[in-house]
Amino acid sequence: MNWADLNLMPALPEIFLLAALSFILVLDLFIPDEKRDVTYGLSLLTLAACAALQLATFEPFATTTFSGMFVDDPMADIIKVAMYGVTAAVLVYTRQYVADRGMFRGEYYTLSLFALLGMNVMVSSSHFLTLYIGLELLSLALYALIALRRDSAAGTEAAMKYFVLGALASGMLLYGMSMVYGATGSLAISEIAAAIASGHSNAVLLVFGLVFLVAGLAFKLGAVPFHMWVPDVYQGSPTAVTLMLGAAPKLAAFVFIIRILVQGMGELSGDWQGMLVLIAALSMMIGNVAAIAQTNIKRMLAYSTISHMGFLLLGLLAANEQGYASAMFYAMVYVLTTLAGFGVLLALSHAGFECEKLEDLKGLNQRNSWYAFLMLLVMFSMAGIPPLAGFYAKFAVIKSVVDLGAVNMGFGMVSALYLAVFAVMMSLVGAFYYLRVVKNMYFDDKQSDAPIVVRGEMKVLLSVNALALLVLGVLPQGLIELCIEAMRQSLAVL
Amino acid sequence: MLSNLLSLVIWVPIAAGLLVLATGGDQRAVLARWLALAGAALGFLVSLPLFLNFDVLNAGMQFEEMRPWIAALNINYHLGVDGISMLFIVLNSFITLMVVLAGWEVIQKRVAQYMAAFLIMSGLINGAFAALDAILFYVFFEAMLIPMYLIIGVWGGPRRVYASIKFFLYTLLGSLLMLVAFIYLYFAAGKTFSILAFQDLMAIPLNVQILLFIAFFMSFAVKVPMWPVHTWLPDAHVEAPTGGSMVLAAITLKIGAYGFLRFALPILPDASRELAPIIVGLSLVAVVYIGLVALVQTDMKKLVAYSSISHMGFVTLGFFLFAGNELNVWAVEGAIVQMVSHGFVSAAMFFCIGVMYDRVHSRNIADYGGVANKMPIFAAFMVLFAMANSGLPATSGFVGEFMVIMGAVQVNFWVAALAALTLIFGAAYTLWMVKRVIFGEVGNHHVEELKDVNKREFLVLAVLALTVLGMGLYPQAFVDKMHLSVNDLIAHVAQSKL
Repeated sequence: MNWADLNLMPALPEIFLLAALSFILVLDLFIPDEKRDVTYGLSLLTLAACAALQLATFEPFATTTFSGMFVDDPMADIIKVAMYGVTAAVLVYTRQYVADRGMFRGEYYTLSLFALLGMNVMVSSSHFLTLYIGLELLSLALYALIALRRDSAAGTEAAMKYFVLGALASGMLLYGMSMVYGATGSLAISEIAAAIASGHSNAVLLVFGLVFLVAGLAFKLGAVPFHMWVPDVYQGSPTAVTLMLGAAPKLAAFVFIIRILVQGMGELSGDWQGMLVLIAALSMMIGNVAAIAQTNIKRMLAYSTISHMGFLLLGLLAANEQGYASAMFYAMVYVLTTLAGFGVLLALSHAGFECEKLEDLKGLNQRNSWYAFLMLLVMFSMAGIPPLAGFYAKFAVIKSVVDLGAVNMGFGMVSALYLAVFAVMMSLVGAFYYLRVVKNMYFDDKQSDAPIVVRGEMKVLLSVNALALLVLGVLPQGLIELCIEAMRQSLAVL
Repeated sequence: MLSNLLSLVIWVPIAAGLLVLATGGDQRAVLARWLALAGAALGFLVSLPLFLNFDVLNAGMQFEEMRPWIAALNINYHLGVDGISMLFIVLNSFITLMVVLAGWEVIQKRVAQYMAAFLIMSGLINGAFAALDAILFYVFFEAMLIPMYLIIGVWGGPRRVYASIKFFLYTLLGSLLMLVAFIYLYFAAGKTFSILAFQDLMAIPLNVQILLFIAFFMSFAVKVPMWPVHTWLPDAHVEAPTGGSMVLAAITLKIGAYGFLRFALPILPDASRELAPIIVGLSLVAVVYIGLVALVQTDMKKLVAYSSISHMGFVTLGFFLFAGNELNVWAVEGAIVQMVSHGFVSAAMFFCIGVMYDRVHSRNIADYGGVANKMPIFAAFMVLFAMANSGLPATSGFVGEFMVIMGAVQVNFWVAALAALTLIFGAAYTLWMVKRVIFGEVGNHHVEELKDVNKREFLVLAVLALTVLGMGLYPQAFVDKMHLSVNDLIAHVAQSKL
């Protein structure tokens, strides 16, 4: 490596993030408990600075650094800016919640930033090793976050489950990567793509590797049949961490899939499409059907996440730019919706009370019609009812599936339409349990008179967050265009 | 101003609804009511130029607006009305005004939310009638489920939760299949969602047409509702508050029938022709069987709900009377007149039941008797609307039914004969109910204590009575508006796409 020519600009936000978080880590040691808000404020400032740096270094094409192991392309830029925003929102939403539960400590903030750094590395990696390092950095931070309340049995159990199953998934990913390495002789994504395209690599070994990679990805995404950990971890973790786990990492996982399956193994799309069809269909079905039986909202949202991941995979299935863009749009909207949904749950929780049962939402409209309205937007968006953003997400994905049928003769219009009809029927099943939440909030009488006290900054941000679903539902053009452009510019170079 | 008329018709009620919502809790209920009334009146006023300035010599779309909306997916904000959809926009804006008045002091809890829900829904319904882009239509069509779900669930009767969820899921099932049909047509029509382009689409094989027809049918038949997918309607009607029932019966059912006119018939003429005997059969079942079901109801609202299904059976019957390639013009126009008339009459019937329910808190026929003794003015109106509901000449109810039967006679005598049974059944169940409720001795002490209608109720009843009579005496005013559009539709349907 020639150090003189090393251009660190593409990785500038990550370098800054690492420096800032190390600073916060050290500084926090000297901050007394009652001044912990300094840590909180500095973390938010760091995120804002990162976003500014990201935008300042934006280039409408891909640039690489660290001998091509790290790539900065428009897709990564957009996803990273979104992740900074999401992480900041998570910190704001959870501020009171963690304070009420003895988790308002420096570790909570530094671990969150470490998780973000891991995601950033994942999003920007163009090499299997960086990808893996990023993933492990994220996972290790999350394991610790889930277990942050040492005295909580549920939290510890969730952390243990997540750790064991996560390690298994990482193992599968590594195994798959090693097979691909064996077949192509490289771990760099562009070289793998070139080797596969040349047709000289061992096809059997490649497909074997692909199977392990897809299994590992499905595991991380929480798609059926590798979904078992999702409900338990969602339910067991403190709601603050569930939000951390369910929001930004889904964006990172989406890019992870694009990097491996599309940029690395795009030539093998015929092989992975078949697997994704099954995983997507099963996820939509099992996620939606199992969610009906839940009485715990966090668990219900976990199953709903599984079904949403199924929808997201449908977009990837189309294996063209439109399809990837629709999946990216889906991921963005999903994260925005989840954020607002858990945000309301956090707003309703207070010291000594966890809002996590379906009954806890009863009569919310009587207690506070504004939060009920925000949650209503979230639920109808998840159900995919217009005019909310969730509708366009589902619509774009289903359209890309039919598109696949219209273009790809091998797949066929009839099977595409079957899949589309199956998908909409599953979203009908899903509508039921989202409606039940609305029913609890609006039709039932309140069971508690506990005042809902929410910090000012959270009130504003949560309102903006949920109303964005409505605004994006009426005017979705901008975000859709952004996703299409990002995909076009990022995939063009490789 | 005129160029944005349709946008105004859609967004004025929605903006007014949001404004009403912003008045907050029940301590400012009075303000919410007056704001809602102003919004509804304004909404009705901006819809009037549509009727008055409508060019009856133009068969195409009028008051068109076209703006790119989601360019990436080629979805446009494309509005326009023909002689058919225009009538329903005006009808809807009018009924919304009545609904606001109907709920005036009846609704005491969460007034702002109630009024806002109706205003927003009114705008969405206008949007569905005015949309010329399939996805725009779909957005409006689905979005109106949200306020209706809340209206039934929050202000409804004892089984409101069951009814509202059933209503929502039933209608969602149909519309999701329609969405897939739209996406298919998008690719077939060369990457556009324009409804007019769908209609002009040439060459769709019959098997594809039939599949698409089934998708549309699922969506619209549930909404109409046709037998046997009608079961959500009695539940929804019975549990909904008066205003909800009025809007459901007067407007939302019409969107289903309108869907057949706008989508199923012109886009898929061959499948429509092939499957017409089935639709006619289902419609006759609705007319005859549901008419009999209505006869045995003990709950007034349920009775009128079943009567709605029976009347809507008449509408779908009129739409699918093919003679060779051609639809029968009498039948189609009669069906549309029937839709408008039923809008007025069913709204009036539900309002009458609401007036009694507010006083006695019962919808059971058995709990009444001799209401005319205590409420003579009310009784006079109710008898008039009952007559209209059973299709008495000189009321609006007669015109449509007569035209459809005329058309049916030209196509098939036996269909006409069966359809004509509705005049007997309609008279039987409506008048029998009126006899038991209105006439006779004073039934019990609740009826004894009844007070006649107040000014507000009188206003609503009088306005509705005038429209019902006006339409019955001079239907030409409506038929003229739609005549060219219907001919255009029939010409479209006559053109095979095989």
